[in-house]
Amino acid sequence: MKASAFAYARATSVENALELLADQGDLAKILSGGQSLMPAMNLRLISPELVIDIGGLAELRGIGVKDGILIIGALTRHVDLLKSPEIAAHAPLLSDAIAHVAHPAIRNRGTIGGSLAHADPASELPACMLALAATIIVRGPGGERRIGAKEFFTGIYETALSPRELLVAVELPVASASSSHFFHEFARRHGDYAIVGLAAQAVVKDGRFADLRLGFFAIGDRPMLADAAGKLVDVTVTPAALSEALSLLADELDPQEDHQATPAMRRHLAKVLLTRCVAALLSRPELDAGAVA
Amino acid sequence: MTAPISISLDVNGERVDTSVLPRLNLADFLREHLKLTGTHVGCEHGVCGACTVRVNGEIVRACLMLAVQADDASIETIEGLSDSGEIADLQAAFRDRNALQCGFCTPAMLMAAQDLLKQNAVPDREEIREHLSGNYCRCTGYQAIVDAVEATARARARRAP
Repeated sequence: MKASAFAYARATSVENALELLADQGDLAKILSGGQSLMPAMNLRLISPELVIDIGGLAELRGIGVKDGILIIGALTRHVDLLKSPEIAAHAPLLSDAIAHVAHPAIRNRGTIGGSLAHADPASELPACMLALAATIIVRGPGGERRIGAKEFFTGIYETALSPRELLVAVELPVASASSSHFFHEFARRHGDYAIVGLAAQAVVKDGRFADLRLGFFAIGDRPMLADAAGKLVDVTVTPAALSEALSLLADELDPQEDHQATPAMRRHLAKVLLTRCVAALLSRPELDAGAVA
Repeated sequence: MTAPISISLDVNGERVDTSVLPRLNLADFLREHLKLTGTHVGCEHGVCGACTVRVNGEIVRACLMLAVQADDASIETIEGLSDSGEIADLQAAFRDRNALQCGFCTPAMLMAAQDLLKQNAVPDREEIREHLSGNYCRCTGYQAIVDAVEATARARARRAP
């Protein structure tokens, strides 16, 4: 289908975009790369009266590192993240994850800000933000707000962003030299939205997890930081400890049924992912032998 | 503000100055306003890849971009790549290996394949499959398409000095 009619305004600055938003509020939608907004508009899931194009705002584009913090502008495209030496060095989880975000033609236009503000529960980047303890920076009529990733995602396509605010940047702590990561997702076709996925960031010391952050996605109405990680930190991971973590994971997930999978299948796949993640990060392949029945 | 908006862009090397409604996507603009019907429209929500064109040298989904967003941009369509001879060898390889049947996906498949070969001169079959993963073909089963791209890459590598 085609998008219904709307008015179009090209923002000349962040201030200008905020003025346009202040006038129109929830009748307006921000257009950055358009790779989530345009499908939703073409399918008539949303029909904004005004589209505010922020694509020309160079001030929102780019990747920087300062005082141990990686700062990514909202308009930074997926392809820019994929090719960035700063991201590869300081947030390698993100480099891995981006390769699973859609396809080259979409990565050439899609932006990190757009993906996070859209908040599809099956998309990769929101879960990465949880695993990496990101801070989402938004600007509105009242000034700037800094929102922790965990508080930012509030439901299917829902975030803590108000209709008069604009997501301007993301901050991530630079990954320490001792940290490691794991990313994997199950999808019907490479680049499709996941059936279930896991973005994990860890610190492993002397064969034990000193820290473990498990960002699961496509397992509920929003990405989730699994409490099951608590069962695995600062302990020697035995098959029994792993199995306890797996049952806690199955309990805390609230997967949805859709055309791709039943809740039971999603729970099963999430357990498979956690098992593979733990075995890979601890370099103990035997943990992945028959742990999930 | 739902009124037409004037845009100036370059399409296959020719300047176009016109005005369009904001809701018009780039694929429909190319097909209906410029009669460049090699860019196909399948799913209209970014899944099938049939509308792939080049914008400022990079491939994009023309159904997920508004014509007004193409203001000031340089667009290349399958007609441009075909007429310039840039992909003549790739097109010949598609013919030789039966890498098309109905032809609906072919223009975009060629755009995506040429995009890969520009970035990675001799990709392996896995890399070819990954780069073409955003383009659906319902006839061939992809095997022949991968063959054609692989053969073109090898032939170009042999010709390279």
